[in-house]
Amino acid sequence: MPKRVLLGLLLACGLTAPALAQEPKTGGVINAVIQPEPPGLMLAQIQNGPTQMVSGNIFEGLLRYSPKLEPQPELAESWSISEDAKSYTFKLRKGVTWHDGKPFTAADVLFSVEMLKQTHARARNNLAQVDKVEAPDEYTVVFTLKQPFGPFLGIFEVGSMPMVPKHLYEGTDWKTNPYNNAPVGTGPFVFKEWQKGSFIRLVKNPNYHEKGKPYLDEIYWQIIPDAAARSVAYETGKVDVLPGGSIENFDVPRLSKLKDTCVTGAGWEFFSPLAWLWLNNRQGPLADKRVRQAVMYAIDRDFAKDVIWNGLGKVATGPSASTIKYYTDDVPKYPHDPAKAKALLKEAGYKGEKIRLLPLAYGETWQRWGEAVKQNLMDVGINIETIATDVAGGNQKIGDWDYDIAFTYLYQYGDPALGVGRNYVSSAIAKGQVFNNVEGYSNPEIDKLFADGAVATPDSKRKEIYEKAQKILVEDVPVAWMLELQFPTITRCKVKNLITTAIGVNDGFKDAWLDK
Amino acid sequence: MKQFWKSMLRSPSGVIGLVILILAIAAALFGPLLFPNSPWRMVQRPFLPPFTLSAVPLGTDALGRDVFAGMIFGARVSLLVGLVSTLVALVVGMPIGAMAGYFGGKVDDALMRFTEFFQTIPSFALAIVLVAILQPSIYSIVASIALVSWPPVARLVRGEVLSLRTREYVQAAIVTGQSNTWIILREILPNALSPVIVLASLMVATAILLESSLSFLGLGDPNLISWGYMVGAGRTVIRQAWWITVFPGVAILISVLGLNLIGEGLNDALNPRLSREGR
Repeated sequence: MPKRVLLGLLLACGLTAPALAQEPKTGGVINAVIQPEPPGLMLAQIQNGPTQMVSGNIFEGLLRYSPKLEPQPELAESWSISEDAKSYTFKLRKGVTWHDGKPFTAADVLFSVEMLKQTHARARNNLAQVDKVEAPDEYTVVFTLKQPFGPFLGIFEVGSMPMVPKHLYEGTDWKTNPYNNAPVGTGPFVFKEWQKGSFIRLVKNPNYHEKGKPYLDEIYWQIIPDAAARSVAYETGKVDVLPGGSIENFDVPRLSKLKDTCVTGAGWEFFSPLAWLWLNNRQGPLADKRVRQAVMYAIDRDFAKDVIWNGLGKVATGPSASTIKYYTDDVPKYPHDPAKAKALLKEAGYKGEKIRLLPLAYGETWQRWGEAVKQNLMDVGINIETIATDVAGGNQKIGDWDYDIAFTYLYQYGDPALGVGRNYVSSAIAKGQVFNNVEGYSNPEIDKLFADGAVATPDSKRKEIYEKAQKILVEDVPVAWMLELQFPTITRCKVKNLITTAIGVNDGFKDAWLDK
Repeated sequence: MKQFWKSMLRSPSGVIGLVILILAIAAALFGPLLFPNSPWRMVQRPFLPPFTLSAVPLGTDALGRDVFAGMIFGARVSLLVGLVSTLVALVVGMPIGAMAGYFGGKVDDALMRFTEFFQTIPSFALAIVLVAILQPSIYSIVASIALVSWPPVARLVRGEVLSLRTREYVQAAIVTGQSNTWIILREILPNALSPVIVLASLMVATAILLESSLSFLGLGDPNLISWGYMVGAGRTVIRQAWWITVFPGVAILISVLGLNLIGEGLNDALNPRLSREGR
């Protein structure tokens, strides 16, 4: 028994601080899959998943986040918060240069903030509480807020706030700037070439500001449009890294069993994709809380996790993923209990009215999940009719509130004020949009809790508020939470230290190295 | 009639085809009585290989659903879609062809140009577009298959009517002042029926294939299980679990083959020149 404990400790150390266990080796080329081909690489203007995955190597933000979402230095080497929690001072790292050799200074930060407010919807939203940004000297930036905003320190990661070179963009038309096609950043890798439809090539930045890094010489992002072909590319050794979501779920177990293959679900803590069923609270049987609770009891979510997602992910307990700040599992629980579901339906007087189910048209996995959920609900006597649709059609139906039950999954961005509240507060009910409060849940108490939570200080107060909100929401079941999704990253085991932060592969390969 | 069955049963392909069709219809009609469970129900662990458990003789699919139950219930959808859409196609195609052939002239021109309009569009592409626009459901699938398969019927009937129209007994009927409707329905169509019946049996086969292809592409009725859907859903895991794809695929193959054999048998039985002894 003690032996096993020791082994566990060793493993834990190996996972959290691999540098201690092994000295990184320099050199080598990594071939990774990028899916789909990004529309462009200028991260300040395009925020698609694949854009961020490639450009996270080229650009950098002021901070990174550990898997526990604690801020870590990147372009800012230290930061401090004023007493009244309204002023944030960042000290920038000295000796940082852009890929063209020009120095990175506070002026670039000020420029980036201004540009992002116009080109980056989420950054604009995140910066809404900012009153002014100033640079007292070349290496200091001060953000002054209108009122304290708890999650503020969580908006500086490269995808949310990438730093843009002022000297190349100021006074130009940002949309047509030639550097959009050959982006210049401060990151560990330099953009080299892009053969459309084939690959994107990045090479080592020899002047990178962290001495000795990056370890790799080159990264090839291979573009392979067909899912089966991507699996084969890994099997035949053409690529070494399959980022989360680049192959179909049912291929994961097969590839995982291959020799020298490592699989991890880490690197999604910041996004924390949470899947749920929108339940239309406005009309029909689902307007009754008891019917919504019955839906929760009727669905076998462990089955979905084990069978449809191949054991990856976690059964959700409520509106927050367990990786999000202030998460609590001290909420009412909904185990798979068909008998209880039937009792609740009877109590609510459900008479077998037809309920429409809208699956998510994102491929096989989601289609199978729709079928399984339909069967679960039919088994307790809910009369489900599946509506077949494509992605655009489904979004339109959901946005127009023309649905009864609909699948979705959304990112949560680390803090309930950034990614959770938007789906439950009544001010976020707006017809025509898909990612707000489309279920039509309206509860003044919840509205107040989320409004208070965003600006409350100190942290313990926010914790109290959000825990209360979670309890109320889980009792009311405005939507049926399903799973915290995990998109496994598959690599050859010789690729070390690929995922070190809360956004994983999206944070650049600066710590990664090849064990030859 | 007796003569017909005699020659039908004399052709081996007809007999084999009939046996297959009867078996398929029996499975569709009585299978669900033997398997009261919905084919969507998850009954066993997923990816259970065939012939390991007698409860699920053909194994289970990616969600642990019974492949055998899926095939039984799938037979219903495939046969239903095949028969109904062929019937609709006949109901649309025969009058158009008969009118075009009987009246000739401008009526013929107008109707045939209209028919050609449908024939110039690749039928499967048209079916996909129609189902996608109408939202996939059993009704839209039947409607779109019928819509793409009536033109050959119309052309065939027109050709038959054109030749029958000049026969003496039709001329006689015209001279005796029979109404056009009566002549078409009582004098011409019954004699034009044999090639249409042969064509119809082949159309059922084609319709089953079309429905399978649509379901395979994810355009099937999401509330009904069908062979094409099973093949499509199992396609991506064929390397791990061949049985999910192979059994429904074989079912499609056999039933389409059966219908083709029936078509051949019917042709032998109904064609006066072939059904005589000394061919």
